[in-house]
Amino acid sequence: MATDVHGSVTDTPREAGPHAGSPGAAVQVAGLVRAFGGRAVMDDLQLSVQPGEFVALLGRSGCGKSTLLRVLAGLDREIEGEVLVPRRKAVAFQAPRLMPWKRVWRNVLLGLPGRPEREAAERALAEVGLGHRADAWPKTLSGGEAQRASLARALVREPDLLLLDEPFGALDALTRIKAQRLVAELWRERGCAVLLVTHDVEEALLLADRALVMEGGRIAYETTVDLPRPRDISDPRFGALRARLLDRLGVEGAAEDVPGGPDDAEAPDADGSVAAA
Amino acid sequence: MSVDQAVYGHAPPDPSVPADRPSLAKGGEAGAVDAFREVDGSCGDGPELERVVPVSGRRRAVPRWLRRTVGPVALLVLWQVFSASGALEEDILASPGTIAATAGDLVSDGTLPSAMLVSLQRVAVGLLLGGVTGVVLALASGLSRLGEDLVDATVQMLRSIPWVGVIPLFIIWLGIGEAPKIALISLGVAFHLYLNVYAGIRGVDAQLVEAGTSLGLSRWGLIRHVVLPGALPGAMTGLRYSLATAWLALVFGEQVNADDGLGFLMNQAREFFRTDVIVVCLVVYAILGLLADFLVRTLERLLLQWRPTFTGQ
Repeated sequence: MATDVHGSVTDTPREAGPHAGSPGAAVQVAGLVRAFGGRAVMDDLQLSVQPGEFVALLGRSGCGKSTLLRVLAGLDREIEGEVLVPRRKAVAFQAPRLMPWKRVWRNVLLGLPGRPEREAAERALAEVGLGHRADAWPKTLSGGEAQRASLARALVREPDLLLLDEPFGALDALTRIKAQRLVAELWRERGCAVLLVTHDVEEALLLADRALVMEGGRIAYETTVDLPRPRDISDPRFGALRARLLDRLGVEGAAEDVPGGPDDAEAPDADGSVAAA
Repeated sequence: MSVDQAVYGHAPPDPSVPADRPSLAKGGEAGAVDAFREVDGSCGDGPELERVVPVSGRRRAVPRWLRRTVGPVALLVLWQVFSASGALEEDILASPGTIAATAGDLVSDGTLPSAMLVSLQRVAVGLLLGGVTGVVLALASGLSRLGEDLVDATVQMLRSIPWVGVIPLFIIWLGIGEAPKIALISLGVAFHLYLNVYAGIRGVDAQLVEAGTSLGLSRWGLIRHVVLPGALPGAMTGLRYSLATAWLALVFGEQVNADDGLGFLMNQAREFFRTDVIVVCLVVYAILGLLADFLVRTLERLLLQWRPTFTGQ
């Protein structure tokens, strides 16, 4: 039954809220090392995500942010170090990865324990505005619809941790804006911890409580995004944060003087680490 | 929706009627259109324009099926004419008329139906045996590394032997009864199914397997929900090839000392220079082959309806 998945565990993060300082973090990573043929993509990486916290993980392409997500998802286990993640986690990939031979609603229920009812799928699909496409074949969906179906498939699992791997990367600009709003809304309702891997600084700042920059195999920089929601790109504080992050990501000429910007902390040892990118 | 339907949905183009351009400027978009006009005006007269002719204008004449029957019918007529004029002698190749008459006789005296039944039975049994063998071996080597190491190299080695070449061995081993014919059909079928099912399994998108893993599917769940459905298109291709091979193997097998079936009918006809009977048997082989293909297509339509296919234009 799908209702087996509803446990008391889901309520904990909802009540805890972001930065509740509860002893049980949603993600706890210490001393994580992942090497590909001797080249360390992750080198003594530390990461902690609070229940209900929305964290964006930025980084240049090839810096290992997707690998970190795969490690957290349990898809990459050739690692050293300690990684603690909730048992109930769900992933939405950059490509929707729906099984083309299963109708949308069956895709949503795939892998759920027991014999889940179609209703559960329909509820999740309605939540992402796709209730009318439950019977469609995945290959007949548009890119945005497929991505929403993939999101519904993740949400129906009632995850304590939602891992998003550049889920809007392949969408056109308009669909992307809608999808971002949808994710923000769903996160507010569900209250699960979210780790969003993206290369889009604006996206990170629109959605996240905290933005991390991965570099040299570890979290080299992080900043809290202490802006009121819904966020406004034209807010000068938003612009200042974006400039700082872009600068940190190595985009020249983006830096500005940022008086009164939100607190940010340079992670120790950031520059002494082995460059992996 | 096919292109034809899409185009017929519109009114047929009529060059004499000027394009109803003013309708564009109606309503709220009038201002925008005017603005574009202004821009146009500043550029002078602009390039000469030509009309893009909708494709429907050219598609009307003869229905497609009628056009497609022209070739075969013309060939039959030509054949009948040559036979009637005596250019084509009866013991080289009987005329279509004679052949039709012979077919009627063979059906009415029960010879052809009983021969067909025997041949169909051989194909069915051979297909079943070979199919099960091929699929089981493919599953073993497709789904597990151990199975691959044990099975694949062996099958690949045996596959390089032309299966028609083993007829003499089969006769020595199995005699001249039903067994060697069925064994021959099974052999041809098994290899085709093995290769295609194996390739289908190994060709399943790794990203989907990973997605399945992230959804918490067990190993059996992955096989059932991701790997096997993903291998189905390959399996259907294999099935189609195997059916073609099954007919071929049947023809070869029945040349060997058959005392019933279509092949026996043909061999007997050869003795008496009855080219009409031989052609009737060939036509029956062809029709059975077409039927089998139709069956696979139907099966494909049912099982692979999730796959949007290119239907041609």
